[in-house]
Amino acid sequence: MNIISIVLVVIVAFLAGMEGILDEFQFHQPLVACTLIGIVCGQPAAGIILGGSLQMIAMGWANIGAAVAPDAALASVASAIILMKGGQGAEGASTAIAVAIPLAVAGLFLTMVARTLAVPIVHGMDAAAEKADFGRIEFLQWAAICMQGLRIAIPAAALCVVPAEVVSNLLNSMPAWLTEGMSIGGGMVVAVGYALVINMMATAEVWPFFFIGFALAAISDLTLIGLGIVAVAIAFIYLNLSEKGGSAAGGAAAGGSGDPLGDILNDY
Amino acid sequence: MAENKKVALEKKDRISVCWRSTFLQGSWNYERMQNGGYCYAMIPAIKRLYTTKEEQAAALKRHLEFFNTQPYVAAPILGVTLALEEDRANGAPVDDAAIQGVKVGMMGPLAGVGDPIFWFTVRPILGALAASFAMSGNIIGPILFFILWNVIRYAFLWYTQEFGYKAGTAITKDLSGGLLQKVTQGASILGMFVLGALVQRWVSVSFPFKVSEVQLSEGAYIDWANLPAGAEGIKTAISQFHSGMALDPSKVTTMQDNLNSLVPGLAALLLTFLCMYLLKKKVSPIVIILGLFVVGIVLHVLGIM
Repeated sequence: MNIISIVLVVIVAFLAGMEGILDEFQFHQPLVACTLIGIVCGQPAAGIILGGSLQMIAMGWANIGAAVAPDAALASVASAIILMKGGQGAEGASTAIAVAIPLAVAGLFLTMVARTLAVPIVHGMDAAAEKADFGRIEFLQWAAICMQGLRIAIPAAALCVVPAEVVSNLLNSMPAWLTEGMSIGGGMVVAVGYALVINMMATAEVWPFFFIGFALAAISDLTLIGLGIVAVAIAFIYLNLSEKGGSAAGGAAAGGSGDPLGDILNDY
Repeated sequence: MAENKKVALEKKDRISVCWRSTFLQGSWNYERMQNGGYCYAMIPAIKRLYTTKEEQAAALKRHLEFFNTQPYVAAPILGVTLALEEDRANGAPVDDAAIQGVKVGMMGPLAGVGDPIFWFTVRPILGALAASFAMSGNIIGPILFFILWNVIRYAFLWYTQEFGYKAGTAITKDLSGGLLQKVTQGASILGMFVLGALVQRWVSVSFPFKVSEVQLSEGAYIDWANLPAGAEGIKTAISQFHSGMALDPSKVTTMQDNLNSLVPGLAALLLTFLCMYLLKKKVSPIVIILGLFVVGIVLHVLGIM
């Protein structure tokens, strides 16, 4: 990689790091981060394909409650840099992902460090609030955001300056059983993300829709868009029917536990 | 809410607050979580509403209290807070406890709506759609994802913040109305359907080891040695293949063929259920992910996968 590419990759990594905590613009999602790194390294196609494959794995990665998922920002950035340097083009995507995921897990440590370092920063805000110093609070907020950017930018820079031969030698020196085994593992890892999502959403009421989706997906002629249309249609049919039949069956449930959100708010 | 207010928030103040709420999680910390970002977002309003140093300092400290929710549903909470602060600046008896109470009271239930809708429905669906383009190298995928997501996100931030601002203290009543519940229900139906499809399509678990090998009788397979030469031979072979003749003189059945003839994707489904079970047992997702890599490598070396 030349100097300009490295600088641009580090900038993308910085954005991904910021977004890894903000979770607003989605620069840290594989689709976006891998594509951008592919573009700045002159291998857009490989970057896009990698982004798409990793997105499928990272789909359910979100930090909710106590469950901590691997760091999507670091996974995207690290796998893209490894792919760019390995020089295998899109073929190397599954290996790059397999190497990057353990890195993303290690990256959780950095997340914990950054979130702990933010504690003294908000104490600085407390002091600034005493003096009604708006500018200081704004400065500290941005300092915290930049710290999150560096969390990814620094490892990315380190990966960039490791000589390309080291990366490609490492990838080439891996025996076939290991790379093939890792891509088999990669195919199964997708399930973890989905399981996280299902555990969040599943209720007795919506389980049947999961199985309808599962069964219909076996028809390979149906594209994802086609499946989406079926899903929207079924959701509308269900909502309308349950409204009509609601007076008889749903009415009793709706009074008590049918609207848990409302109950909580009313109690408050 | 009187008509003759001394100070009122202008639209540009509210736009500024909305933009700043984009950086809500920037100083996320283990002590008070999103407090710094909340205070940061409120600054334009505090500057507009309060003139004395004491009032400003008090307002800043008020919004440095503990706060944590899904970052997008913070928008309606900010809207309500803006309305309350405006009333307070105009002399209404809104005390610190009322403001803190509204923030804390809304953040839990709203996070319960925001997490499943954004992280577990909109993002996976948009992501899967875009990724299916991207995996064939089509740049439309990432562009579609980025633009659609940000349009949806910013529209949600602005309109719910304005809704919160207008509804003011009455918002809690609006939330228990039927519409929001319907949207949540519809989203989870859509989400579960698509998840079922994704498990079938994208989780790949394959057992290519041989279960049986049967020698086929003559005439049931293409006799490669006796085909006509050149293009004619290819044509004959293809037409024989189409008429149902096998490529090899023996028929190999793998474990995967057997599983597929039961239900295609059954192994993927069972693996997903196993992951769900482990997650419910509080096994860390990270442990499961690393474990699956190990299982993949070991079973591949053993020739099972």
